[in-house]
Amino acid sequence: MSDSTQLALPSGGGEPTYRPGGVFARPNTTKGWRSWVTTVDHKKIGVMYGATALFFLLVGGIEALLIRVQLWAPRGTLLSADLYNQVFTMHGTTMIFLVVMPIGAAFANYLMPLQIGARDVAFPRINAFSYWIFLTGGIFLNTSWFLGGGADGGWFNYAPNNGVIFSPSNGIDFWNLGLIMTGIGSLTGAVNLITTVLNLRAPGMSLMRMPVFTWMTLVTQFLLLFAIPVLTVAQVLLMMDRLFDANFFNVAKGANPLLWQHLFWIFGHPEVYLMILPAFGLVSEMLPTFSRKPIFGYPFIVFSGVAIGFMGFGVWAHHMFVSGIGPISVTTFALTTMFIAVPTGVKILNWTATMWGGKLQFTSPMLFSIGLVTMFTIGGLSGVTHAVAPADTQQTDTYYIVAHFHYVLFGGAFFGFVGAFYYYWPKVFGYLLNEKIGKGNFWLMLLGFNLTFAPMHVLGLQGMSRRIYTYDQGYGFELWNKVATIGSFVLATSVAIFLFNIFYSKAKAKSLPAVGADPWDSRTIEWMTPSPVPFYNFDPIPTVSRVDDFWYRKYGETKDGQLVRIAATDDVVQKRTDGKGIHLPSPSYWPLVVAIGLPIVGYGLLYTLWLALIGGLITVGGLFGWALEPPDDPDAGHDDDHAPDDHSASGGEVAPADVSEEADDEVAADKEVETVG
Amino acid sequence: MAEPLTAHPTVAEADAHAPVAHIEHDTNTGISNTKLAMWLFLASECLLFGGLISTYLLYKNPLEGPSGADLFDIPFTSASSFVLLMSSLTMVLAVSAIERGDHHRMRIWLGSTALLGSTFVAGQIYEFTAFYREGLGFTTSRFSSAFYTLTGFHGVHVTVGIIMLVVLVMLSIRGRLPEHRSETVEVVGLYWHFVDIVWILIFAIVYLIP
Ligand code: HEM
Ligand SMILES: [Cu+2]
Repeated sequence: MSDSTQLALPSGGGEPTYRPGGVFARPNTTKGWRSWVTTVDHKKIGVMYGATALFFLLVGGIEALLIRVQLWAPRGTLLSADLYNQVFTMHGTTMIFLVVMPIGAAFANYLMPLQIGARDVAFPRINAFSYWIFLTGGIFLNTSWFLGGGADGGWFNYAPNNGVIFSPSNGIDFWNLGLIMTGIGSLTGAVNLITTVLNLRAPGMSLMRMPVFTWMTLVTQFLLLFAIPVLTVAQVLLMMDRLFDANFFNVAKGANPLLWQHLFWIFGHPEVYLMILPAFGLVSEMLPTFSRKPIFGYPFIVFSGVAIGFMGFGVWAHHMFVSGIGPISVTTFALTTMFIAVPTGVKILNWTATMWGGKLQFTSPMLFSIGLVTMFTIGGLSGVTHAVAPADTQQTDTYYIVAHFHYVLFGGAFFGFVGAFYYYWPKVFGYLLNEKIGKGNFWLMLLGFNLTFAPMHVLGLQGMSRRIYTYDQGYGFELWNKVATIGSFVLATSVAIFLFNIFYSKAKAKSLPAVGADPWDSRTIEWMTPSPVPFYNFDPIPTVSRVDDFWYRKYGETKDGQLVRIAATDDVVQKRTDGKGIHLPSPSYWPLVVAIGLPIVGYGLLYTLWLALIGGLITVGGLFGWALEPPDDPDAGHDDDHAPDDHSASGGEVAPADVSEEADDEVAADKEVETVG
Repeated sequence: MAEPLTAHPTVAEADAHAPVAHIEHDTNTGISNTKLAMWLFLASECLLFGGLISTYLLYKNPLEGPSGADLFDIPFTSASSFVLLMSSLTMVLAVSAIERGDHHRMRIWLGSTALLGSTFVAGQIYEFTAFYREGLGFTTSRFSSAFYTLTGFHGVHVTVGIIMLVVLVMLSIRGRLPEHRSETVEVVGLYWHFVDIVWILIFAIVYLIP
């Protein structure tokens, strides 16, 4: 077989080709819904992560608005106390696990392989599985609304509140099982993405030449690798208690509820960093672009990220100052917490220094980036006040905490993500989002955000406790709650404007000239690819010789450090080719099948074991189908596992002839990716 | 315009400085994707077992019902631990057989490994039923829950390993495990050794330390 017979272009052009062979005939289509359902292309998977996260943002947003309407005035009656518990628990859970983390995953998936000059991730099918199990797990979690109510113990579901006695509905079981499923997805994703960064970098892309976002992705994925199993342990123990009467959190049998807090926060604190680091990475791409300067102190910004990653595991008990862990523990954790503020502060300094003296361009991505830096600084400062244990004993479980973590997660992570949507939109979809609307979007979001959450600092210091479903007249809470509720609707409007911008700009894009490969005059190599990125990413794979490689293909420096243009952008970006001879793994149904089986097992555990058996069969069957299906379409003349030297027909021992997939092995294009998975 | 000093080096220049990563087989680290992925997965498994072992240590004093000291049959468990240890040896032999290209021996050693592993699991099941008869149910005490969960989790890991071994033997018999895929055997071996090492830890912590 020769290269010209290769027909499986996973996401490129060409007519769909179906080969006969039953329901699970190898999918080979490049268009329509089927191409999405079966895709193993990291770019499509990244887009699906993003779209799904935006959908869950609407769900979590509606929950947030319900909370705010309930608290509009004293003695609100919109929600009962019980329903209120469910709403804020599901709001926090949704925002964290189904919005912020997946948006991080969306960028990691889409961007990281492009930034390191790879064709795909190390295990494309596992990548698809990671996405599908996130989706099915998220849906599973949210079906609890229709099956007796959501979880109601807060997003950290403290023991013993999380036991059957205090929470008899199935809500927490859905929470356990759903998050175990999304956790499996995070874990497989982490293994996959770390392998990709370490193994699949383009020639010359040494670790210390990688873009900052790729670095932050690497740290984030390591955090996931070590944090997720601890959460899984906690949830498995809780599940044993709730479903099979074990005694892990059963105080009557001598259990220690602090076990839950320790396990949860050993996961939970790294969790907050793995939510924020991707956003840090993204602003570290945007700020230099729009300051027309390299990032200030690249090694510092990298190492401070790594340091945050390490230290993130050493501070968990600062969530437990009031749990009676003893003065020595409290002091230790107060100190470690203050230390972790140092690398975070380093980052803020680096960003400020990057902008200092630069030629700033206030585009919408830049505005959102500056928004992140300022809002995160406020959140970080109130965070340092929590590290002071005596202050924290007053602030904890008041609205002061709520203000703090929203400044960090929304003002920090989410602002960075929205900015990055504006920045990378043209690369992904081939058209720019409207800048005017974008700026309006930013100012409205900044206003709404501060109106909503700044008053919560005051409410907290006045003593309004967190998670109360209503309050009485006369404590002075009325005014600031009203302000916050008004702010929340302003915020909701800004999100609506963002969504509107997507559709508006798409409609307008048809009449505008096509956006080039490099609309912002950016610095890193992902901008060398045509927009939208073709299925093969790069042709040819670039050789990298320094940080901001792409920039230095366009600009040089004179003796006295002046920047001069040395090449026209058009001459250094890649031209779209037909991608002939570039071979990528073929689409597959199996990752989806495996991911559908697991929630069915979940329902089975909660309702009837027969269903669990069916779900288990689907999953195991899916795994077998997966294992037996070569990652690459045999008809396309490729297999995952050539002998190292069978690139030529004469090389290596050829596999036994009775196995046709193996026999097709001899052909190989030079430009293949490792396609196990 | 002044002459730029830091024009982009040519590809050849850059290549001269940078290790060239041919994406297909020579990865940047020199370790194959599958092997690296297995190492990473095992690293995360350490945290999983770490959490379970810590929980056990917290709860090993039962407060009610029988305690470990009342139940454990150290000679029996030592014997089954020895069986599991031996399986690591046969696994090593399987890997070295395939590296020599000896498919036949490899199947024999893989089969023996699976057999030894199954003996261990059978021993565990026997042990569990014996403990149960002596009054240690899953719900009896905080100790019982922690003990069964920890050792049960390990047993499930061994079982998964056995399934992987059987699949390897089947693939080999069907001719789908040629030399250049010998690394698959090695990667399964990594998992197997890991599970064995974890058992040594569990055995020491649960059974031997009073
Ligand atoms: C990316 C965005 C967001 C994230 C990551 C996030 C995260 C969280 C978390 C973790 C909780 C704690 C839930 C619990 O106590 O179990 C929470 C509570 C809350 N959130 Fe958000 N949230 C986000 C956006 C919003 C928005 C837009 C609003 C307002 C419009 C909002 C208003 C609230 C309120 C009022 C509470 C209840 C606090 C309490 O009663 O303790 N959040 N959020
Ligand atoms: Cu923390």
